[in-house]
Amino acid sequence: MESLYLLIPLSIAVVFIALWVFFKASDGGQFDDLVGPGLRVLQDDDTTPEPVPPPPDQRE
Amino acid sequence: MNAVLQLTDCFHCGLPVPPGSSWSVTIDKLERAMCCPGCEAVAQTIVDIGQSKYYTERDDYAANAFDANLMPPELRLYSNDDAQFARDASSCEATLSVEGIRCAACVWLIERQLSRLPGVQAASLNVATERLYVRWSKAQCEPGDILQAVRQVGYTAYPYDAVRHGEQLQKASKTLGRQLFVAGLSMMQVMMYVAPSYLAAEDGTLDPAMASLMRWASLILTLPAICYSALPFFQGAWSSLRARTLGMDVPVTLGILAAFFGSLVATFTGQGEVYFDSATMFIFLLLCSRYFELQARRKAASALERLQHALPASATLMPGFPDSRATTLVPAGSLAVGDVILVKPGEAVAADSVIIEGNSALDLSLLTGESAAQRKNIGERVPGGAINASAALLLRVLKPARESTLSDLLKLIERAGSGKPQIAQWADKVAAWFVLGLLLFAVAVFAFWSWHDPSQAWPVAIAVLVVSCPCALSLATPTALAAATDSLLRRGVLIVQPHVLETLHRATHIVFDKTGTLTLGRPVLRQTDSLGKFDEQTCLHVAAALETGSAHPLAQAILEAAGAAEPAHATQLREVQGQGMEGIVDGVRYRLGNAAFVAAIAGPPLGDTALGVDGMTPLYLGTQGQWLARFLLSDALRPEAREVVEYFQRHGKQVVLLSGDQEALTQGVARELGIATACGECLPDEKLDFVQQLQATGAVVAMVGDGINDAAVLSAADVSFAMGSGAALAQAHADTVLLSSQLRSVLDTASTAARSMRIIRENLGWATLYNLTAIPAAALGFLNPWLSGVGMAASSAVVIANALRLRKT
Repeated sequence: MESLYLLIPLSIAVVFIALWVFFKASDGGQFDDLVGPGLRVLQDDDTTPEPVPPPPDQRE
Repeated sequence: MNAVLQLTDCFHCGLPVPPGSSWSVTIDKLERAMCCPGCEAVAQTIVDIGQSKYYTERDDYAANAFDANLMPPELRLYSNDDAQFARDASSCEATLSVEGIRCAACVWLIERQLSRLPGVQAASLNVATERLYVRWSKAQCEPGDILQAVRQVGYTAYPYDAVRHGEQLQKASKTLGRQLFVAGLSMMQVMMYVAPSYLAAEDGTLDPAMASLMRWASLILTLPAICYSALPFFQGAWSSLRARTLGMDVPVTLGILAAFFGSLVATFTGQGEVYFDSATMFIFLLLCSRYFELQARRKAASALERLQHALPASATLMPGFPDSRATTLVPAGSLAVGDVILVKPGEAVAADSVIIEGNSALDLSLLTGESAAQRKNIGERVPGGAINASAALLLRVLKPARESTLSDLLKLIERAGSGKPQIAQWADKVAAWFVLGLLLFAVAVFAFWSWHDPSQAWPVAIAVLVVSCPCALSLATPTALAAATDSLLRRGVLIVQPHVLETLHRATHIVFDKTGTLTLGRPVLRQTDSLGKFDEQTCLHVAAALETGSAHPLAQAILEAAGAAEPAHATQLREVQGQGMEGIVDGVRYRLGNAAFVAAIAGPPLGDTALGVDGMTPLYLGTQGQWLARFLLSDALRPEAREVVEYFQRHGKQVVLLSGDQEALTQGVARELGIATACGECLPDEKLDFVQQLQATGAVVAMVGDGINDAAVLSAADVSFAMGSGAALAQAHADTVLLSSQLRSVLDTASTAARSMRIIRENLGWATLYNLTAIPAAALGFLNPWLSGVGMAASSAVVIANALRLRKT
């Protein structure tokens, strides 16, 4: 039972830390787009395409 | 393997491939048919940059030219030193709106396309808001290149104007989201600490020191909810008190504060009940509903955004006028009052302005819904967005582009958002008295219990305040209306006045205007009579040749009727204003126009053919000494007109037709549609009289009209609809604007109105029933505060869930 005297204040601290983390993330724009990143991760190919390819003029 | 699929659709955009065409691109070793060189080029670009995987990842066709307007030269305009793009000395950043995002592959393709552009440092696309953020180096790249690159892969991008697109709304939504999160977290934690006291309350096993610890913990965790999350309610209550009214936020605030301070006292003294869980729960649930409401409003604004792009991005400025006639292309946004601009035929006017040189026909269909091009002379005003149909004009800008008529539409939606319909006003009024009565009742209950059983007095009083929280009452209407408005706007119905849905539902008479409302408002070729040696088809062919290139509505009708067949080539074309066209086709001189004009070369008319037919516009074709044909044109009924009229008749509403057109024609349309009451040759005053007389007999009149000459009737009617995306005047007077120019939208609005009124009534009924049973129960001490909280929350949830049903259609 006595452990609660430590755990409950601790849990309060944890909640406030969670709030702080949430505000930081929110300020950083983490919640601005909740759809796009989820879609982007589906792409297997994540290499960067070469910067400037030759102009596509060799087309028939 | 012969892999050309036997498909008739373009592999890139999905439009049908024209027969006999041979555009194709080899994608992943398969030859794919393309509908046009444009798609071919785009697809080839995608393949050439090694991104052909786009085609395996996409789940929809690319944007097609079906309704797109690509204007590459104008894109160059953004390549200036516009301050809005500057980030620091060497790099720039911008947020662009991108149209046509449908799937993950789109995002991926656009970001890839941009990241290989030299100088682009970062590009990220937000799917939810369709905003593209780009950062680039000033030295290597220009904004025009970026827009061009996005267009190259088939999407439309334009600079995103943060001010205009409601940045505030977004910020508000973000703040509310945070408040919601804090309230939710706080609620969940407080529940944890309260649970032991509920569980142990019966057998008294919770030792007092532990109970006190739990209370203090709950208190600390309730603080963020009270101090941060509940702010919108406190602000609302404060401003309603300052306005000397008892708004809905007042009891909410009182409930929260009573629960909080009651618990605070109990925590300090160690006696009595605590209601932290109830307090955090109200805050969370109430914020939820506010959040939904805000989301709905945000969606509504985004649908409107599209209208903004009706104004052109560029304008041809004559900086040295009148000394020099040199022109430069400038962004429309930079035009100042007094600038002189040149508008060539086919271009749109960039800002509201006045003609200083030239005269021309202008197509105002975007603004007035009226299809016939209007003649404008020197000194006449031209609204921004009008399209110059015939000759080049010099105009002096009267208002900056962003204050133009079209921009007024945005102000309309603001007005719509701030107004309250009668039923909501009624609910507010009732709630104000309700609140007053409730406060007195709570005091009385408190007094009674203090005498009867002092230990119960405080909890019972809080229970009464909390359980009766008229939130259900206050949420019932706005949530339903926001949902209905949003669902309508998505279908092209802009509700300007808040009372529309309510009044339309009560309406007893639906009055339609004829031209442009029940009919298309543009002439259609009804009949061709051959008067000479040629058959009808040949005459039509010649007529089409003469009319090629004319923007006149009658010419359009002839061309439309002539169909796809390649028209013959006419030379020496000459347009005689208000008379007709003259030209040479295959070496023969023809005239097409009114009887007098044709008679000048064809000689006196034969018999009665020179007379028109009632309600039809005749157009004659003649050559030297000979009459060839008579074309009869008239306005055609909209295909959906009958369905709409029948819908209203089935729902027991009287349908009336009022028209300024000839009586015979009006009666004909009325007969065709089964309308019993019809009145033709009505001047605007007579229409107004008619509507007012109906109203005098107690009728509730809904008016569906079109264009400016209906403005007076529209404003007199109890509820009005303006067809077409925009007569400035009609809009100001109409309660509803049908942006899609579809008559069916009236039907949609009516059925949505009926459903929303039913839902609002259900909501109000539920709220009343709930309050009538819950308040006595609480006053008699059957409900403790937490149970009251659950009851109140459940009742709000029922109301919101019920209202949100409206969004699904």
